[in-house]
Amino acid sequence: MSGALDEEDARALAGREVALIDLLDRLLQGGVVLAGDLVLSIADVDLVRIDLRAVIAPVDAEHPAPLLL
Amino acid sequence: MTESARRQHKVYAYAVLRPTPEAARAVAVLRGVADEQVGLVETGDLAAAVGPVPAEEFEEGALKAGLEELPRLEALARGHHGVVAGLAPLGAVLPLRLATVYRDEDRVRQILQERRDQFLPLLERLAGHVEWGVKVYTDPTDSLASDAAVAAGATGGEEALSPGRAYLAARRRRRRGAEEAWQTAARTAVRIAEEAGGLAVGRVAHRPQRGELAQMAGGETARGGKSGGETAGGGKPGGENIANDAYLVPADRAEEFRARVLAAAEGQPGVRVEVTGPWAPYSFALPPEPTARPEPV
Repeated sequence: MSGALDEEDARALAGREVALIDLLDRLLQGGVVLAGDLVLSIADVDLVRIDLRAVIAPVDAEHPAPLLL
Repeated sequence: MTESARRQHKVYAYAVLRPTPEAARAVAVLRGVADEQVGLVETGDLAAAVGPVPAEEFEEGALKAGLEELPRLEALARGHHGVVAGLAPLGAVLPLRLATVYRDEDRVRQILQERRDQFLPLLERLAGHVEWGVKVYTDPTDSLASDAAVAAGATGGEEALSPGRAYLAARRRRRRGAEEAWQTAARTAVRIAEEAGGLAVGRVAHRPQRGELAQMAGGETARGGKSGGETAGGGKPGGENIANDAYLVPADRAEEFRARVLAAAEGQPGVRVEVTGPWAPYSFALPPEPTARPEPV
């Protein structure tokens, strides 16, 4: 299969300590949603987003989500 | 797997990929979210990277409770990412969402077969691509500096004002400064989107980052203003995140992409731009939909 990354990319992907919030952006909003079996409602991690909203993304009157351009 | 082992373990799934010898070699050295040995479940031309995890920790109740604690969530997220990042250099991988857990490996096989027509084209599309994160912030350091400069220049005139008027004038100036910073950042975001769009084959807008965790983030940074330039690592916290986008970029143009995005932010006072990555294509592992933008919370 074509498209293997070069060594530098490979190291960058594997060895980097990433910011948790950037990771959660991807893990909670991105990724293929596959319904799990017994933990069906967990696979839909909206649960987590709501409970952790205070830490991850507090929404208040002072910081309404701005329109993205 | 024996009947008793099945009861004690569940199968945590990390990613969908092609069952190649390289993939088999790559998973052999990976440990997963429960420090378990990761392996491949194969079915024809598709495979899933999975690992057996203790049932008592990964059943619904336990997982739900665990994910509500930040340290546990972080451990799980990093464990999940560790496996995905270990497989991503192979060239094509579909990262699964956090906490995708199955009863047993047969169920994983069944899902792979059922969704084959969806997974194969996606793998094809993502092959040889990486994801970059691009975040645009207003930079309070810069706007404070310009505020101070304006204030210093205006002092002469203001001496004549009453304290109340001077206060109001200063407040107007500050508000104008903040608005200008926001406008500049918004313009820069548009410019970056145009610049990035020339190289990227996909774009997903994530929710702008807020809150405690956002203060701890810091990728590679380009700051506007006189100093300009590029500062590697640990961008200063602060400022409002006004754009948080993910771009899908051909791997062989990844460096060019990063350089062009950082360059587009040069010389813009009051704007800070952070580039993170390269990432496995997390934000693009979903089939394209008419509204690729996630709903705001």
